[in-house]
Amino acid sequence: MDFNTKFTPHTWPDHPEQATMEGKNKVVGFWIFLACEVVLFASLFATYLALKNKGPAGMEFTTQGLFELPLAFAMTMLLLTSSLTSVYAIYHMRNFNFKGMQTWLAITLALGLGFLALEIYEFNHYVHLGFTFNQSAFATAFYSLVGTHGFHVTLGLVWIGTLMIRNAKRGLNLYNAPKFFVAALYWHFIDVVWVFIFTVVYLMGVIG
Amino acid sequence: MSSYTQKKGFGAAVWDYITTVDHKKLAVMYLLAGTLFFAIAGFEALLMRIQLMKPNNDFVSAGFFNELLTMHGTTMLFLAATPLLFAFMNMLVPLQIGARDVAFPFLNSLGFWLFFLGAVFLHLSFFMGGAPDAGWTSYASLSLYSPGHGIDFYVLGLQISGAGTLISGLNFIVTIITMRAPGMTFMRMPLFTWTALVSSALILFAFPPLTIGLLMMLFDRMFGGNFFDHTMGGNTVIWEHLFWIFGHPEVYILVLPAFGLFSEIIPAFSRKRLFGYSSMVFATILIGFLGFMVWAHHMFTVGLGPTANAIFAVATMAIAVPTGMKVFNWILTIWGGSIKVTTPMLYALGFIPSFVAGGVTGVMQASAPLDYQLHDSYFIVAHFHYVIVGGIVTALFGSAHFYWPIFFNRMLNETLGKITFWVFFIGFHLTFFLQHFLGLMGMPRRVFTYMEGQGWDQFNYISTIGALMMGVGVILMVINCLMSIKGKPAGRDPWGDGRTLEWSIPQPIPFYNFRQTPLVRGLDPWWIEKQEGNKEVTFAEPLGDIHMPNNSAIPFVISLGMFIAAFGALYNPDADKPWSIYVLIIGLAITFGAMIARSVKDDHGFHLHKEEILEIEEHLYGKGGNK
Repeated sequence: MDFNTKFTPHTWPDHPEQATMEGKNKVVGFWIFLACEVVLFASLFATYLALKNKGPAGMEFTTQGLFELPLAFAMTMLLLTSSLTSVYAIYHMRNFNFKGMQTWLAITLALGLGFLALEIYEFNHYVHLGFTFNQSAFATAFYSLVGTHGFHVTLGLVWIGTLMIRNAKRGLNLYNAPKFFVAALYWHFIDVVWVFIFTVVYLMGVIG
Repeated sequence: MSSYTQKKGFGAAVWDYITTVDHKKLAVMYLLAGTLFFAIAGFEALLMRIQLMKPNNDFVSAGFFNELLTMHGTTMLFLAATPLLFAFMNMLVPLQIGARDVAFPFLNSLGFWLFFLGAVFLHLSFFMGGAPDAGWTSYASLSLYSPGHGIDFYVLGLQISGAGTLISGLNFIVTIITMRAPGMTFMRMPLFTWTALVSSALILFAFPPLTIGLLMMLFDRMFGGNFFDHTMGGNTVIWEHLFWIFGHPEVYILVLPAFGLFSEIIPAFSRKRLFGYSSMVFATILIGFLGFMVWAHHMFTVGLGPTANAIFAVATMAIAVPTGMKVFNWILTIWGGSIKVTTPMLYALGFIPSFVAGGVTGVMQASAPLDYQLHDSYFIVAHFHYVIVGGIVTALFGSAHFYWPIFFNRMLNETLGKITFWVFFIGFHLTFFLQHFLGLMGMPRRVFTYMEGQGWDQFNYISTIGALMMGVGVILMVINCLMSIKGKPAGRDPWGDGRTLEWSIPQPIPFYNFRQTPLVRGLDPWWIEKQEGNKEVTFAEPLGDIHMPNNSAIPFVISLGMFIAAFGALYNPDADKPWSIYVLIIGLAITFGAMIARSVKDDHGFHLHKEEILEIEEHLYGKGGNK
């Protein structure tokens, strides 16, 4: 199928992201890339667990004293909701509703930005308390794990934003449908990683 | 006359190679780059052997010896063996599965340039204040306190080239899953393609821990992080775990494709189908799986406790089972075959006993109590060189002879090839066999010299003679390769014993590989066609337009940006180099700019029309097409 064929909602395929060979490769390849990202985060989680609450003699910072669940809960809600809105965006993409897709992607971006703002606030707060990157092994491991996730969120925002701007005028076709699809996959992945961070870092930090 | 059949000038040819996304050209580039780094690392090994030739030698200084042993190991594994195997994977995998290119030709090119520029970056350390000197394992307790920028070169260079390797691995997996020709089921895939698939899967899961380990080392050395600093609560054993979670699978990443190459050579020259094909596939997957369960056998002496040591000891011994299956399958393939002892076959015959010897000493070390005795001795050096030289290098040399006609449409000289084999093979055993005994006598590895009168002198002397013989062998091999430039075109299936699809393509291979996609009717499709008296493979489609990817300079630009940024990152902690931050920003801007350019500009590829195909084929093979 040609990339530039003009479609109507009737001729638009059920799975536009896999209608071309390139699209199919992209989706398979992206799942495999996510497998590799899982290992990447697993290494960071393992390191964090090994270094949790470890620091120089007499360090006053512990997970119990530092983390506040309300803030982490607000961040979790923002990111979980953004995952839901990206599902809506892909639903509209499959129904050839470009406007609907762009709208929901814009909402996803807004929620993602909100999450990022809270994370920056959180890090800033800790630094002011004296819990800096160099303060202890615990601090280094914490900022590396959560920061790598935050970096992924930032990349996702730039990525989805670029896609929206690039395709604003031309609408959906079989060339860009796989791109939107894998960007949404990536966004879900970031969300899943956050669920683990919320559990392992914050919940187990405060309660466990 | 279409542009495809015109002769190109030198500049245009260079530009063509920089921008190419053709897997065959990238394979040639991997081959050249890998050979370059193989030669450099081999030369480093010779310098070390000359230093160790006699006791109390002062040929090189202690510090330089540390740099040599670090760079020899790092280069051989990351920058020589990996790209050389990638050369074969790039060239053969698409041809063996009947594809016109890999799944992501753009990423293929990106993978090469990241690897190559990362490797160049690492080697520039020799000229910019000293190479890394903490061993290829770069244990944190040693490397954190290494002065100068050597370790920073190691961290950044491996980070960049590792990203390239990861990208290429991902590409091979997708290619093998989605791009197989009609009829090419998984259980009809040539064994080399199978090993390429499993090895790529290992790359996918093994390289991220290395990436994270290197990132932590970077944070600790450059930004004052505390991952490995025990006074700040850090733990240096974390590096060892992450490194070996990567490092042990890395060995299988290299040796599995080598097994695959021999599994192509042995059936071809025994003129029998591979014995126990399904069990070979099963063994490959099992080795890949178990490869991730054994990393702590490198750390028996760390003190993880008897339970951990026992579990990892048993898991390590278990790997001998699938490996043994493979060895028996090769032997049973040869058994009763109509054997032709060509140069590739000679390498295969030399490989089996050498590799088994390396494997047996490996199982010895799996026994944790014995490992306390053998750890960090020359016995270890002898063991892993038997596996790597006896397994991987013989595979690379043998397959270079075997597949040279696929790469360059020329044959290598058989007589010179056999001489090369014997010189190299005898040199190899002379070098490393005696090192087992040196280890048992107590000689530690990584020492720059030793005292006389400990009974080590004579064995070390002989070992050095062997190393020089290996050097002569490599030079003979290179001479053979250079001589082939003047050779006659080899043509299609020049050995006469090709079994798989890559031999069915007329030479020189057109850039679209297959004019019509082949129909695969069983294992060893080309052999089946030849048995039935066919001169062509059966086609799955009529002659029609072919869709091909466009060339692109963006992969090179992305990699160049990373290369520039790495210098900025390297010098950033130095107070007297304030410009470094700008270098870092400019480099990253180039990389991200190129990435955005790639996303914004559509790349649809192009269609090659039927008439153009016929014109190209007439130009390549003369009137009457490829009959």
